[in-house]
Amino acid sequence: MVIKITRTTIASMARSHSGLESGEKMTLVLNKVSRSFDGVAAVKDVHLKVEKGEIVGLLGTSGCGKSTLLRTISGLDTGYDGVIEINEKTSKQVNEETGFIFQEPRLLPWLNVLENVMFGLEGKRAEKLDKANHILQSVGLAGKENLYPKELSGGMAQRVAIARSLVTSPEILLLDEPFSALDAFTKMQLQDFLLDVWKKYHTTMILVTHDIDEALYLCDRVVILRGQPGEIVEELKVEEARPRNRGSEQLAQLKSDILTALDLNKQSVY
Amino acid sequence: MAKIEAEITNKKVGIFRKNKVVIEKLNTILIGSIIPILLITVWELLSRIGVFPSYQLPAPTTILNTIYEMGLDGTLWSHIGVTTYRVFAGFLIGTGIAVVLGSFIGFYQRAERLFDPLIQAFRSIPSLAWVPLFILWMGIGEPSKITMIAVGVFFPVYLNIVSGIHGVDRKLIEVGKMYGLSTFQLIRRIILPASLPSFLVGLRSGLGLGWMFVVAAELMGASQGLGFLLTFGQNMSQPDVILASIILFALIGKLTDWLLKLLEQRSLQWQDRIQD
Ligand SMILES: Nc1ncnc2c1ncn2[C@@H]1O[C@H](COP(=O)(O)OP(=O)(O)O)[C@@H](O)[C@H]1O
Ligand SMILES: [Mg+2]
Repeated sequence: MVIKITRTTIASMARSHSGLESGEKMTLVLNKVSRSFDGVAAVKDVHLKVEKGEIVGLLGTSGCGKSTLLRTISGLDTGYDGVIEINEKTSKQVNEETGFIFQEPRLLPWLNVLENVMFGLEGKRAEKLDKANHILQSVGLAGKENLYPKELSGGMAQRVAIARSLVTSPEILLLDEPFSALDAFTKMQLQDFLLDVWKKYHTTMILVTHDIDEALYLCDRVVILRGQPGEIVEELKVEEARPRNRGSEQLAQLKSDILTALDLNKQSVY
Repeated sequence: MAKIEAEITNKKVGIFRKNKVVIEKLNTILIGSIIPILLITVWELLSRIGVFPSYQLPAPTTILNTIYEMGLDGTLWSHIGVTTYRVFAGFLIGTGIAVVLGSFIGFYQRAERLFDPLIQAFRSIPSLAWVPLFILWMGIGEPSKITMIAVGVFFPVYLNIVSGIHGVDRKLIEVGKMYGLSTFQLIRRIILPASLPSFLVGLRSGLGLGWMFVVAAELMGASQGLGFLLTFGQNMSQPDVILASIILFALIGKLTDWLLKLLEQRSLQWQDRIQD
């Protein structure tokens, strides 16, 4: 397999390594992580280092193992090879520092909005209520506490799901195409909401997406996975300061770089 | 101000809608009862002018009168009481065993491999075939009757519990796992509520079978109960008693099913399905 390393790749790698040299503690480290299903590899030899507070996008075409990779990080999937470290400790189970936002809201249909948000909280009821109400307010769902999931629109349901994973204040938030099922407007709103959250808590985020614009709008760094089994072929830093302009020239340039990177797919010889 | 007005109109619309729903319901009931009322009237008339001989098909009013008289001398209540008691005892026992066994087998796949083939084999035996054996073992009294009913109730409840537990969305279980829930917590907070609808379906069909089996059990030999009235009417050539018993079975069976349905609606308000 031939991988062409473009100039941007080398440059971005150098830059991302410079983060290491400055002695910054890594929140999340993946060391040679591979996962196969029944002998067929889904992802292979993934190395990834994520700094505290960084937003990293995992970008790739469908079926290249993005979800698989995210599930290994979350601890939901433990059948992988390699080592995953969270806060410099090897972690091979669900970690209370990590929260997961799935592609579908996955709300518990027998609980109302408020109870769904409180689902993962522990402690006194009054405190739980307080936290849940607060977070519901910030996702714009105040007044909807008593609705059941069947009464929610797709966007509202996903907001509840987001509230549910944020209410436990996870240090690392794993997001698997969280907005892909939403309409363009709701999508943009929630992307901005996610940035608000980041501004406030500096949550480390790993965002799986197949939407290049989304990755460029949100992420500090975009990791491109390609092939089957999926491997990391490129990393790009997005230096532009936030809030970013969705239509900026810089982003457009990066987008075309990414498209080229994904195009390598066709040229590479299997 | 405008807000308050809007709220008031909202409420009005709400009441209006409710009225509409009630009227629609009454309508369906009315339409549904046209033919039964017609048939009963014709039956009554034909019986009165002697087309149906009263020793074979007594008039509806005669049947009602029989029920009324049994009510007066008190026998009606003891028959109903005994039959209902049997059904409920059998229902409780059958459900209890089904819950224990069903949850065990639903949760532990190893237990399923161990027990399920046996249970499936038993299921293929028509439950009434057990009757002679039960009578032989337990005599003709209450234990054999209640056991029979329990056997009838057991299977639908058991099967629905197992399939309910197996049918729980793996994705919801993952949500629980993401919050570090233990197996026990997963069962209590996700698997049980998620399989409740299936369990309630099982309860309702179990109760239906319970009513069916009580007839069979009481036909076999009883000195009291609605099923006893059936054999009694047959032996005494009193079709009005038989028909009275049939009507009572229908009414009480429907009533208990309605109670369960109410429970179902209460506990499953969250369910996303077509409103009826
Ligand atoms: N539980 C599983 N069992 C078998 N194969 C799986 C499983 N999960 C994922 N795969 C396979 O792994 C590959 C990557 O899947 P996935 O991670 O879902 O891709 P993506 O999220 O990038 O679209 C696919 O070929 C898929 O068929
Ligand atoms: Mg995926």
